[in-house]
Amino acid sequence: MNIAVLQFPGSNCDQDAFHLFASGLGLPTRYVWHKDTGLGGADLVVVPGGFSYGDYLRCGAIARFSPVMAAVREHASRGGLVLGICNGFQILCEAGLLPGALIRNSSLEYRCMTCELAVADAGPSFNPAVLGGRLRLPIGHGEGNYRIDEAGRARLESNRQVLLRYVDNPNGSLDSIAGVRNEAGNVFGMMPHPDRAFERFHPSRDGLAVARAVLASRLPEVARASA
Amino acid sequence: MKIKVFVTPKRNVLDPQGAAVGHALESLGLKGLKGTRVGKVIELELDAPDSPQLRAQLDRLCGELLSNPVIEDYRYEITGR
Repeated sequence: MNIAVLQFPGSNCDQDAFHLFASGLGLPTRYVWHKDTGLGGADLVVVPGGFSYGDYLRCGAIARFSPVMAAVREHASRGGLVLGICNGFQILCEAGLLPGALIRNSSLEYRCMTCELAVADAGPSFNPAVLGGRLRLPIGHGEGNYRIDEAGRARLESNRQVLLRYVDNPNGSLDSIAGVRNEAGNVFGMMPHPDRAFERFHPSRDGLAVARAVLASRLPEVARASA
Repeated sequence: MKIKVFVTPKRNVLDPQGAAVGHALESLGLKGLKGTRVGKVIELELDAPDSPQLRAQLDRLCGELLSNPVIEDYRYEITGR
């Protein structure tokens, strides 16, 4: 059992993500450089926040073609766990591993604040009964405005793929969507930062429960052991 | 040859940047403005002849990298030889 945290040029939440899993949950965690072509048998791949490749062209558009992403795609296709946070969510959407896209915030402002989030019923491991109805997690982004076409939106709803919704929408996201999973339930993405919500000095410690819920979707015994 | 790729937000996708630019144009006195969309132009210089294969390749690259089909449309113009 181990966690891999990807590092792209411009990643800046890689250390936060590392410590969420290494210190927060006490799990074996290591970094994987974007030029690596393997994931060393990782069970969960975390695509961290930041500004990969300077957000050139579109957020996540270039990172998607990094050598390591072929390994992530292969890992995901075998049912392996993937979690994208903030820029990582943008990368997974660009890569087509998650549905939809993230565009400029409707306010055109970079939003850096702690958000209240409503937990959606996204399956047996990620739902209000497990996580509680509300979470508080920080956000920090300029392009978190989630968009998807009508057919995609209907699929998200019927497959229960929405994970979290903003209580007070900070970026104009369609249906206040803050995070989604793929249909198979092994790839997760969210704009809010569980990796900035697990220490006593953080605005909340709700990031731990989110990380455990992601693990529990495929690795329930690991999630229990880290609780 | 030169290739100009035009990438624009899809008609039915909200364009916050376009809306903000539109408001600024109106405040500068432009009357009757019905819409503003902000996209980008990507210019390529290529040492290769035009061919159906090249155009097929361009279409693939435009869809995979230069634009995101979920939110953007693209078109390109080829000039020179």
